[in-house]
Amino acid sequence: MKKLTVILSIICLLVGLTVSTSADNGNLFSRVQEHQLDNGLTVLLLPESRAPIVSVQVWYRVGSRNEVLGKTGLSHLLEHLMFRGTEKYGPKVFSRLLQQAGASNNAFTSKDYTAYFETGPAAGLRLFLELEADRMRNLKLSEELFRTEQKVVVEERRLRTEDDPVNSLYEELVATAFKAHPYQWPVIGWMHDVASLQLADLRQHYDRYYQPNNATLVVVGDIDPAATLQAILETFGQIPRGPDPPPFRALEPPQQGERRTEITREAQLPAIFMAYHTPNLTEADAFPLEVLSLILAQGRSSRLHRRLVYEAKVALDVGAEYEFATASPSLFVFYAQPLPGKSLAYVEQLLEAEIDKIKNQPVSEQELRKAKNQTEAAFIMGQDSLFYRGMLLGRYQTIGSWQRLNDIVPGIRAVTAADVQRVAQKYLVKTNRTVGILNPLKPSRPTTERFVPHEQVR
Amino acid sequence: MNKSANKAVWLILLILVWGWTAAAGQAAESVLGQRFVLPNGLVCLFSQQSDLPLVTVDLTVKAGALFDPPGKAGLANLTASLLRYGTRTKNAQQIAEEIDLLGAALTTSAGRDAATVKLTILKKDLPAGLKIFQDVLLQPRFAPMELQAMVQRLKGTLKSQEDEPGIVAERAFRRTLFGDHPYGSPAIGTLASLPQISQYDLRTFHRLYYRPNNAILTIVGDLTFEEARALAEEFFAGWEKGDELPPPPTPAAKQTQPTLVKIDKDITQANIILGTISLPRSDPEFYAFQLMNYILGGGGFTSRLMDNIRENRGLAYNVHSSFEPGLVAGPFDISLETKNASGGEAVAEVLAELTRIRQELVTEAELADAKTYLISSLPMKMDSNAKRAALLGYVEMYGLGLDYPWRYAEIINAVTRDDILQVARKYLDLERAVLVVVGRQQEINLNLPSPWRQETPTP
Repeated sequence: MKKLTVILSIICLLVGLTVSTSADNGNLFSRVQEHQLDNGLTVLLLPESRAPIVSVQVWYRVGSRNEVLGKTGLSHLLEHLMFRGTEKYGPKVFSRLLQQAGASNNAFTSKDYTAYFETGPAAGLRLFLELEADRMRNLKLSEELFRTEQKVVVEERRLRTEDDPVNSLYEELVATAFKAHPYQWPVIGWMHDVASLQLADLRQHYDRYYQPNNATLVVVGDIDPAATLQAILETFGQIPRGPDPPPFRALEPPQQGERRTEITREAQLPAIFMAYHTPNLTEADAFPLEVLSLILAQGRSSRLHRRLVYEAKVALDVGAEYEFATASPSLFVFYAQPLPGKSLAYVEQLLEAEIDKIKNQPVSEQELRKAKNQTEAAFIMGQDSLFYRGMLLGRYQTIGSWQRLNDIVPGIRAVTAADVQRVAQKYLVKTNRTVGILNPLKPSRPTTERFVPHEQVR
Repeated sequence: MNKSANKAVWLILLILVWGWTAAAGQAAESVLGQRFVLPNGLVCLFSQQSDLPLVTVDLTVKAGALFDPPGKAGLANLTASLLRYGTRTKNAQQIAEEIDLLGAALTTSAGRDAATVKLTILKKDLPAGLKIFQDVLLQPRFAPMELQAMVQRLKGTLKSQEDEPGIVAERAFRRTLFGDHPYGSPAIGTLASLPQISQYDLRTFHRLYYRPNNAILTIVGDLTFEEARALAEEFFAGWEKGDELPPPPTPAAKQTQPTLVKIDKDITQANIILGTISLPRSDPEFYAFQLMNYILGGGGFTSRLMDNIRENRGLAYNVHSSFEPGLVAGPFDISLETKNASGGEAVAEVLAELTRIRQELVTEAELADAKTYLISSLPMKMDSNAKRAALLGYVEMYGLGLDYPWRYAEIINAVTRDDILQVARKYLDLERAVLVVVGRQQEINLNLPSPWRQETPTP
């Protein structure tokens, strides 16, 4: 139950979106100042003085989407190496300086972007800018540190995927749904690729994509915008413009028939995913698709939870996620895990029945109102976190423009029951679908069965 | 060195306090919020935060898994979870529908020590939200049909968690370390205990523990003090006071020698947990322990364990130490995951780091850095309504006082290197430690020193 929720929340964190901005509600992004430095760096400043805290975030327009087969996982491994020191700040100095400033710092990589952040006391602002500007171009990559970090990432992949049946299924599903587009491989990369990447590959990737003209700097929090811009000019402003990164060209062709895939491995419970190709937020259908996903899966009163978990009592967990804040069109994914002893085929049947129902009958006015209320409230609630506010700006700017944030609540408000039915009929069709199934293999060793944790000792 | 580091700490604090004052455009904040007590004994805490049209209401009840009766592990969690599944006037679906229609979030859950009912809602909807809050808190039905369905889901969750090696390891660790004490069982219960729980148990638990004089109400958001007080009185003054409750059971170390538990599982990594019983939050040694833990394995990339095992050796993605200081002594543990073949090397390094911190003083620089970080990162624990509400509930629960964040620097700065050595020696006692290793045992070569006793799991 937890597991599926975790996967989906990761999707949500990295690419999904249930919050947005509101035109008449406080104009939370109206105070954003946008600047473009001479070297091409985009700067977004959002002053917010609720607490003496700032969040500095650097967003590079590079992710697993900018990789090729045989070298998958390059962007993520490079993210790790970014913590291994520069000429000026040697290995381990970076973390220690931030620790002394009382700041938290980390980074994350997705299909579309790689982002780095420091969040901490406002007094640390200059340090955060200095460290990020320094590692944009001055990373020092040694063979020895590279090999050590490669081992760390191999362990990360074992932890996240190899030893996790449901994550393995999700990886298999996505690899089946996409044939021509780089979204087909996992952000962390295929195991063999990660283990065989070379230092020269990393160097090339770094030089190609880590340039001011391929990045957005976001500073949110207790700042004076003019002084902050000045500090940015003195740090990031000193970096020369780099060559433009190669244009991205891949496009997934329309799917022409249902694809089914399964993995068979040791697992306690089966699981199912169903993925439909859908447009991203560059198309008007994105808003009705988002409403469709809310009506199906947001909250305990949503259709899927009510039908499969509460009434029929066949699913441990069920849900649906629509990814629309992505650089290329992505997927609308359904998932479910049956309760022990319940049949996966029956769970799939009930999922399909709910999909048919929403295609055949318009949703009620109450459901529509609920989805709109949820969107607007979630937007306000999302603003409670300074870091998250910065994340929204950085993510939207990286995949298109932060100004798109202003379109979402009006866009959701305008959706009608007929729109929802139309997009359901258009996209949730069998020929556009990939189904992934986890077939549990009973543990081969008799010992494992006995090692149930609570029976384990004594 | 020590002196100059201390100076740096004070300087940062000064800057922080100044920043606050400047930001708020008012007198520097010196307490987290306001406190008042209703005649029925309910402690209410309030902090006005008017940047967003939003209110967070948190009710913390001392009714966590720590209070599960023997043989009924999971009762506290079931009681909290089922609050939302029907009241005298509404069924589960009506409650879910009303909350979702408001776009609000209402959660009820139980942790190790406390259960919480938490509402986050737009200010305009607050009265409607509090009405549902009050209803689920005071009038739950605990219908047998809902109990049965929830138990089925929890059993499914327990089964699915057997695919999560980290959880398998943690369960075995707790079971071995705490035995029959409630901290030894999963908070969600076990396959054996869940069927033993009846509607009568839920009603009894609710009647005993869900009482205003055993709870803390926290309100943070876009309200004035008068509004918050009026709402607290309107919705909670009628809640009937309960009897004095006995103190929770204190865990006793079951181990008299180091104990190893091996669990064979066909996975690529050895999932390793090593730890002991530590201390309750109320123990004055908490602060020395907090600094010790930070230096050893709690401090992210700068900790000794992270530096040694991840940064220098590349053996693991995750390696860290943590402790859970609760109402009674909780666990201290170090956990990591590494490929099966490296299990022995990783355990040897963990043991070496434990020996080092128990034998040698930490360096002055390490202590100064740890102090600076803990003190200067404190404002980040109250930079949102949700975090401030959580911190308010925490300081009240453990009796720390509403000025705690402003006293914290002084407390931390008083800790010496010798204090750290003392807590390491006292609590990181390998003679009473438990080591759990989940993975392909034939590939894991532990090579442990002699006193380790292997406990053989029985079917």
